[in-house]
Amino acid sequence: MTPGTESGGRPATAAPYAIELRGISKAFGPVQANRDISIRVPKGTIHGIIGENGAGKSTLMSILYGFYRADSGEIYIDGKLTPIPDSQSAIRAGIGMVFQHFKLVQNFTVLENVILGVEDGPMLNASLAKARRVLETLERDYELEVDPDALIENLSVGHQQRVEILKALYREADILILDEPTGVLTPAEADHLFRILKGLRDQGKTIILITHKLREIMEATDNVSVMRRGQMVATVKTAETSPEALAELMVGRKVLLEVAKTPARPGPVVLDVADLRVRDEAGVERLKGVSFQIRAGEILGIAGVAGNGQSELLAALGGIQAATGRVTLTGRDLPLIGPGANGRTRREAGIAHVPEDRQVLGLIMDFAAWENVAFGYHHRDRYQHNRLLMDLGALREDTEHKMQRFDVRPPIPALAAKSFSGGNQQKIVVAREIESAPDLLLIGQPTRGVDIGAIEFIHKQIVALRDAGRAILLVSVELDEIMSLSDRIAVMFDGRIMGLTDAAATDERALGLLMAGVSTAAAA
Amino acid sequence: MTRLPPWADVALVPLVSLLMAAGISALVLLAIGQSPVEAFNVMVDGALGSAYGWGYTLYYATSFMFTGLAVLIAFHAGLFNIGGEGQAQLGGLGVALVLLYTVPFPHWALALPAAMLGAALFGAAWAAIPAFLQATRGSHIVITTIMFNYIAAALMVYLLVDWLRPAGQMDPASARFAIETRLPTLNEIPGLSLIFTRKVPANVSLFVALLACWLVWVLMWRTRLGYEIRAYGKSEKAAAYAGISPFRITMIAMLLSGALAGLMAINNVMGEAGRLVGNAAEGAGFIGIAVALMGRNHPLGVVLAAILFGFLYQGGAELGLWTSIPIELRTVVQGLVILFTGALDQMVRMLLGVFFRPRRVPA
Repeated sequence: MTPGTESGGRPATAAPYAIELRGISKAFGPVQANRDISIRVPKGTIHGIIGENGAGKSTLMSILYGFYRADSGEIYIDGKLTPIPDSQSAIRAGIGMVFQHFKLVQNFTVLENVILGVEDGPMLNASLAKARRVLETLERDYELEVDPDALIENLSVGHQQRVEILKALYREADILILDEPTGVLTPAEADHLFRILKGLRDQGKTIILITHKLREIMEATDNVSVMRRGQMVATVKTAETSPEALAELMVGRKVLLEVAKTPARPGPVVLDVADLRVRDEAGVERLKGVSFQIRAGEILGIAGVAGNGQSELLAALGGIQAATGRVTLTGRDLPLIGPGANGRTRREAGIAHVPEDRQVLGLIMDFAAWENVAFGYHHRDRYQHNRLLMDLGALREDTEHKMQRFDVRPPIPALAAKSFSGGNQQKIVVAREIESAPDLLLIGQPTRGVDIGAIEFIHKQIVALRDAGRAILLVSVELDEIMSLSDRIAVMFDGRIMGLTDAAATDERALGLLMAGVSTAAAA
Repeated sequence: MTRLPPWADVALVPLVSLLMAAGISALVLLAIGQSPVEAFNVMVDGALGSAYGWGYTLYYATSFMFTGLAVLIAFHAGLFNIGGEGQAQLGGLGVALVLLYTVPFPHWALALPAAMLGAALFGAAWAAIPAFLQATRGSHIVITTIMFNYIAAALMVYLLVDWLRPAGQMDPASARFAIETRLPTLNEIPGLSLIFTRKVPANVSLFVALLACWLVWVLMWRTRLGYEIRAYGKSEKAAAYAGISPFRITMIAMLLSGALAGLMAINNVMGEAGRLVGNAAEGAGFIGIAVALMGRNHPLGVVLAAILFGFLYQGGAELGLWTSIPIELRTVVQGLVILFTGALDQMVRMLLGVFFRPRRVPA
């Protein structure tokens, strides 16, 4: 590490920072995504960057990785002024990036993915052999076990992420940027990731962790920088701050991390599910006889590690997936199979559905907000101009109303869904489903990839709907969310309900056991 | 990659693509020892230089509008209908059957709606089988519609030779339609006859085509059905979530698509030929793909692209007529236009992106 041609006034005694950004600004048209951002990341630390969606975190990292060019400002790597016009320059400067959505070839092996783009010659054998040796050392050093010959499509998400990290390390990255790395991971996988990151740090790597989850910042980072509306509002030592203080910095006002709610006043049974079973396309039973009831004015939370039948439960109740068993809504039988079982008849019956994956199911990403706001409800009379034509004016008005009530930003009905941040996309979906005045709301992963200000808001809306006497089925892999919102909690494991208890009568440990499939006393 | 401003996306990209296609075409002409300038003059002069030329250009454009719309509707449902050619052939059969074997029509204004119905029904029927196979068995619509083009071609030969050909006639074609059913050409329409002083093939079908463009726009962007078609085309999974039936949308979109392709027959079979001949569609079904692609799958774009391809068709024919340039060059030019406006669209976009990049930072 040679001292660079720096010009700034940094104390000469300190070791050069791994990364130093000075006065970075970037505008997209009228939107100032980054405004005069300066940040110093000491070598061998894990540095968290936290901020709400749209605060400018991703833009800043894209500038550092050469996807965007800053309008002004300078980048120093190891104390040396380093212009980064493209991602090749970033890789040469020792920067590796692990994206939220992995960039892996699904039907290649781990090894093939690792050498992709950095093969040593036209014949692959030598490259593959070399990569295998390097990978073995990397895996040993950093607890990054992955079978080098496994196909990517057969790996779990957590393992795929490890491949992304290995790719960066194989390219000799000293600085690793991870963008929302835990969004797709189970809690256990996330813990493992943090162990890996700490191992990398201890070996002298510098890590930038972009997230909006306070808990991860507190758990994994040494320092944390907070961004808000394109500006860097604070950089503090993690040990000297608290989640509450960070949340306030992020949002710019006090935030309630706990959900404020009064005890439930359950009414009559709204949803009665008996022996619900679902087989997937391969004939494997995914839901193995699930029975429960939800009353009016009550939130039933379904906890569980992802992939234990929760998605199938939502899909079957939402009319997307054929099922067997018996489901009644306010006393009426719902068709579970055949042409009568679809999303439209469910909505007509009074079931609203916020799907787990808003980008795949809940929204048409290329459609404008106003086109999405009636999606699934486009048959309703209020959206019809006459028998033939839809009432575009009514749609726009309705969109404006919902955007205002749910604080969707920016409040532009003509903007395509894909142009909104994750939190605002979710607000559009939640607004559409809640405002349809359902008897039963199915809501899956309501705050996945949603920033903290929006989380608070969405939680409030769910509780408000409950207080208005509606029944709510909440599915979430975030145990905190289940515990703070639910009135009763069911834990699913391997397609069955392992236990069903009052939320007040249980704790995280008991639920954790049930989630792992250990049937204990907690079953009521 | 830099995002282009909307005006550049809809206007500049096609324009640059066309210029590039023209440039390469010029090189091809030079390579075969011909003068590109002369060829260009002949094409423009022959296709656009006179009302007479326009009469041909618009005639071709009418066919391309129908087939372009056919591709457009299917495309919005996420279906790639390559079968416009076969559906247009069958549309011609529908027209011929209606005009030859139903009632004697006293006037073209009565014959036209009946012929349109026949054309649309037969075109739709030809699209219905691939659509049904796609919707129920998942047989890929691209493959099945291509197959159905071949079946259509063989079927038409068989019908023309063995059934529709009047006794004693040599060429495989149907009898002539009654003179009363002949559609007025542009030079026969009061008012327009002042402009089109010589007989041209463009006929009232042009107005039907333009009306169809407007109706398709209304359908796609103003009705529930269009909304559902577009939603299904963007995301099948989301459509299922919303309770939109994949079977219903696949069938309806393909039936409409086939009907539009079939409708082309009122222009060439009823309007121009006045009888059903072999290979009546003459590739217009395939040109429709390029037209929809270049028209950005918007009806207005389809109108403009159809006129462009009408120009290429007519200008190409003029080349064969007035120069020693082989008429096959028309195919080369069309191919280049399709290549640049369709396949190399992204390349042009990237090239243009350089000019729309934000200012660079002095490093």
